[in-house]
Amino acid sequence: MATKKARTLRDLARMKRALAPGHRACAGCPFPVILKILMSATDDPLVIANATGCMEVTSTIFPYTAWPVPWIHNAFENAAATISGVESAYKALKRRGKIKTEKEIKFIAIGGDGGTYDIGLQSLSGAIERGHDFLYILYNNEGYMNTGIQRSSATPMYASTTTSPAGKVIPGKLQWRKEITDIMIAHQAKYVAQASPSHWVDFMKKVQKALETKGPTFINVISPCQPGWNYPPDMSIELARLAVESKYWILYEYRSDANNGLGGYKINYRPRKEVSIVEFLKPQRRYRHILDRPELIKDIEDHIRRNWERLERLEKELPLEE
Amino acid sequence: MAKRKTTRVALTGNEAMALAMKQINPDVVAAYPITPATEIVQLFSKYVADGEVDTEFVPVESEHSAMSACVGAAAAGARVMTGTASQGLALMHEILYIASALRLPITMCVVNRALSAPINIHCDHSDTMGSRDAGWIQIYTENVQEAYASVIVAVKSAEKANLPALVTTDGFVLSHGMEAVEIFDDEDVREFLGERKPLYNLLDIDNPITIGPLDLQDYFFEHKRAQIEAVFESKKHIYDAHREFEEFFGVKLPVFVEPYRLDDAEYAIVVMGSSAGTGKDAVDVMRDERGIKVGLLRMRIFRPFPFEEIQKYLSKVKYLAVMDRADSLNTMGGPLATEIARALYHLSERPIIHNFVYGLGGRDVPLENFYEVIEKMQWIAAGNTPERMVDYVGVRE
Ligand SMILES: Cc1ncc(C[n+]2csc(CCOP(=O)(O)OP(=O)(O)O)c2C)c(N)n1
Repeated sequence: MATKKARTLRDLARMKRALAPGHRACAGCPFPVILKILMSATDDPLVIANATGCMEVTSTIFPYTAWPVPWIHNAFENAAATISGVESAYKALKRRGKIKTEKEIKFIAIGGDGGTYDIGLQSLSGAIERGHDFLYILYNNEGYMNTGIQRSSATPMYASTTTSPAGKVIPGKLQWRKEITDIMIAHQAKYVAQASPSHWVDFMKKVQKALETKGPTFINVISPCQPGWNYPPDMSIELARLAVESKYWILYEYRSDANNGLGGYKINYRPRKEVSIVEFLKPQRRYRHILDRPELIKDIEDHIRRNWERLERLEKELPLEE
Repeated sequence: MAKRKTTRVALTGNEAMALAMKQINPDVVAAYPITPATEIVQLFSKYVADGEVDTEFVPVESEHSAMSACVGAAAAGARVMTGTASQGLALMHEILYIASALRLPITMCVVNRALSAPINIHCDHSDTMGSRDAGWIQIYTENVQEAYASVIVAVKSAEKANLPALVTTDGFVLSHGMEAVEIFDDEDVREFLGERKPLYNLLDIDNPITIGPLDLQDYFFEHKRAQIEAVFESKKHIYDAHREFEEFFGVKLPVFVEPYRLDDAEYAIVVMGSSAGTGKDAVDVMRDERGIKVGLLRMRIFRPFPFEEIQKYLSKVKYLAVMDRADSLNTMGGPLATEIARALYHLSERPIIHNFVYGLGGRDVPLENFYEVIEKMQWIAAGNTPERMVDYVGVRE
């Protein structure tokens, strides 16, 4: 695989493969940044299948397209099934000598959290189990944003959305999000990781590792949503950083073949100083109703602590050596 | 006489369809099992396991994913096939429309089975009738021989028209019924179909394309109109594919409709699928033993709707019994009757039409059903007016 080296933002800015200007993502939306990092990680030809959602609707309003690589949108819940068809066609046509390029094509499916945790979970599960050679990128904005900020099973506890609104009695969503990254690990996907656009070098390396790995791989990228989380539009990358620094969003990776097949975990970033979760919650109006409810904030803190501790133990038991 | 070598073998409908798929050796097959179509998927997996085809077989986790993977594979330029029935086809529903609107010539073997509820595994046409507006070419076959040939000619038709096509057999009656079938050699089938040559494809990395973009008020209608026009034009492509099939193999297939003893008919029956065979026998009895001037028109292709052929064969009959193996639950009977009425309505000369719904959930369709239908038409001919637009035959009421 032809990987590219970018270690400074200047390197990244020079890289050409990105969404074209003129896409209609909201001011401050981080997914154009996510896509730039993704597509800059390699020189290999890419073919992308995109689920219905914000990314698809803002990047391809006919007669325009912002995509520099072959791209298909089929429906909401089937990006993984669609890419499995594309990848199977590639295998068959290659075997029959009908592929023009000598280069190895890489296949990527991209979906939002709704298209991944919820309605698309089955097709993703099937595609991973079948072992197709593809990378699934989940851009996780923690809700159905395209349809107006409804809850998904990625929406965090106590966040207010239009279908889990904070009211006089109920303080927003009442469930913890399910851990999709664990679910993918349970599928024994070959390489699984969590990433953040704030830590873009780490994210780019993860993309490279995933694309170098044969078989199904999965990266869950946090993607703050300005209208959905309701914060000033210049804060997206900063919020992603606060999510990581407060341990709300853990940067880690997993390889199923590590430790002789027992699997291996690695926490890629350990915040050096304590950052209170309140710093992450406060700029977001979806949490406005809990800022004066310390008992609810404590719930979140406890949850974060449990998640971190659990992962540290896993890492200790089953370390992933580079 | 066949121009190409044929071999006579005993096959069920499922075996014949799976064999046609083997001979076609598609690039990709993505499928999921469901009675009574399961065998098609099973037999095909065995061909893959035995190396008799080098197709990429994708054993998906649902029919929704089967059709989704077919869309991805066809958009990547592959020749793609699948098979299903009933609930499986219903689960694909969302993606059927996407396959046709993206102009992807996927070919699907469907074994007709009643839609739940109540759950049932036997034949009626409610499943494919439920997909009638999905933009697929729909071919209904009368017997196993025709099912076999239709799968081959469907691939050709689909690829000429750049539209997906489905070929059906009646569940159990044909899917599990064994017949002597004349089959072609693998090489001839492959030579007849040649390679799929898509105009665009996702794997052409030097010419990146965006497939399936958001299309709003300012363009959607033009694109939908273009698709509609493609369906208008598909009729010619379907005729061409059948002509080429006949020229290549020396075997003639009916195309859109098959008239039976209609020349001087006063009464006519329209029917689709395997019941047409019984219907033709009933016509013989009614003509030869009872002196009734009755004929039959079998609809083989339901989409695109053969309104010109219907006008040609049916405008001169006086009393037309349309038999539907599905009900639209709209108090007017089945879709076939509604559409045939529309095809004939504006003609100055046209028959009186009455609709009969028959054979739901695999209810047996004996000769008596057809006698009953014609008796009712005679009753109408005698000046009586039916209470409803539709009667139900073969059911305890
Ligand atoms: C079968 C189906 N159900 C519902 C919808 C409506 N819908 C379109 S996008 C969307 C939410 C997408 O959410 P997510 O996957 O999180 O992506 P985001 O829009 O947040 O980027 C919904 C509910 C649809 N297109 N298809």
